[in-house]
Amino acid sequence: MATPTGGHPYNGDQRVPGEHGDNRFGFPAASGGQGPGQYQPYQQQEHQQQGAPGGPGSEWPQQQPGAGWPQQPQQRHDTSQQPRIQPVQQRRAPEPAKPAAHNPLVRPYAMTGGRTRPRYQLAIEALVSTTADPARLQGQLPEHQRICRLCIEIKSVAEVSALLSIPLGVARILVADLAEAGLVAIHQPGGDEAAGGQPDVTLLERVLSGLRKL
Amino acid sequence: MGKTTFVGAVSEINPLRTEAVMTSASAGIDDLTHTGDKTTTTVAMDFGRITLDQDLILYLFGTPGQDRFWFMWDDLVRGAIGAVVLVDTRRLADCFPAVDYFENSGLPFVIALNGFDGHQPYTPDEVREALQIGPDTPILTTDARHRADAKSALITLVEHALMARLR
Ligand SMILES: Nc1nc2c(ncn2[C@@H]2O[C@H](COP(=O)(O)OP(=O)(O)OP(=O)(O)O)[C@@H](O)[C@H]2O)c(=O)[nH]1
Ligand SMILES: [Mg+2]
Repeated sequence: MATPTGGHPYNGDQRVPGEHGDNRFGFPAASGGQGPGQYQPYQQQEHQQQGAPGGPGSEWPQQQPGAGWPQQPQQRHDTSQQPRIQPVQQRRAPEPAKPAAHNPLVRPYAMTGGRTRPRYQLAIEALVSTTADPARLQGQLPEHQRICRLCIEIKSVAEVSALLSIPLGVARILVADLAEAGLVAIHQPGGDEAAGGQPDVTLLERVLSGLRKL
Repeated sequence: MGKTTFVGAVSEINPLRTEAVMTSASAGIDDLTHTGDKTTTTVAMDFGRITLDQDLILYLFGTPGQDRFWFMWDDLVRGAIGAVVLVDTRRLADCFPAVDYFENSGLPFVIALNGFDGHQPYTPDEVREALQIGPDTPILTTDARHRADAKSALITLVEHALMARLR
C-alpha cells in the first residue's frame, strides 16, 4: 500500500520510549547523529466534500472530548522557561495579529485540556490538509483556525509545529482534534504492515528515482 | 556536526526547527529543568523537505547524536527509510551511541564522514575497522555543505535500504 487517500484513523499504538539502557562502549556521547529520512506519500485531494462517504469525517470515531481516553494529570508548564520553537530562519506563514486577550499559545497544555498525548499517535511526517470550508472555521479555537489556514497547502505535523511555534506533542493533539472534527484530512505515511511499517520496495524505488532526478 | 548544514543542503525549504518535550518518564540524567513537579527537557530537531514527485514528499530530520535523545529516535524510526549518521572525524567516538542504536533497531543506515579543516583524516576502511562496522553498511566521505554530497549520501542510503529489503 503506497498512497493512502484521505484521512484515516491511526491504529493508536502508543510506543513506549525505548529502553536502551546501556552504552556498550561507555563513551561520552556527543552530537553526531543524523535523523532518519522519512518518506511521505500522499494523494492530492480532489473536490473532497465535507462529510461525503469515505471522507475524513466519516472515518474518525465520534468521541466526546476526553472520553475513551485516559486523562493525563495536568502538566505544569512554565512557558517562561520553555524556549519556544523557532524556525531556524524566520519563515512564518502569514498569520493575522494574535488576539491579545486570550492567546492560547501561552498555555499549550491548558489548550489541549491537559492532555499530553494525542488520541492517535500521529507520525511526525504525517501530512495534514484542510478540508473544511473557511466558513466552518468560525467559532473554532484560534489555534485550530491557525492550523487550518496553514494547511490549506499540505503540511506535515512537523511543519505545523515549527511554523506555528507549537511544541510537537501539542501539535499532534491539535491536529488529531481537527481530524476528528472532520476539518482536516490526514495522509498517513504508507508502509508495509507486514514489515512493521517499513517503506515497501515500490516506495523505496520511487524515492530513489526521485532523488536521482534532483 | 553538520546536521543542519546537511539538511539545508538538500532541502527545498530553509530548515525548520521543532521541539519535543521529554518528561521524566524518558528523561536522561543531565540537562534537565524542573518545572512544577515534573522533570522535563526539550530537544530541538531540525528538518527539511524534498518534494520528489507530485505525490511524494521526503522529510529529513536532524537529531542530536547523544544517547539521551533515543526517545526521539524511537519516534522517528517508524516509517523511516533510514538514517545518515554524520560523523565528525575529529571525534569519532561520539557516533558510537548512534551506530549502536541503529544496529539494534534494524533501521538501515549509512555513515557519512564529515571532514573538517578541509581534509579527511581517516579513510572509510580505517573507520570501518575502528568502529567495528559490518561490511554491508556503506561508509562514505561527505562535505555536508555541498548539495551534491548530501544528495549522494541520501541516494546511497536509499539504495542500501532497498538492498536490505530485497535481501
Ligand atoms: N568543513 C566542513 N564544515 C562543515 C561540514 N558540515 C558542517 N560544517 C560547518 O560546521 C559548522 C556547524 O554545522 P551545523 O550544520 O550547524 O552543525 P549541527 O550538527 O547542526 O550542530 P548543532 O545543531 O549545534 O548540533 C558550520 O559552520 C558548518 O558550515 C562539512 O562537511 N565540512
Ligand atoms: Mg543544528
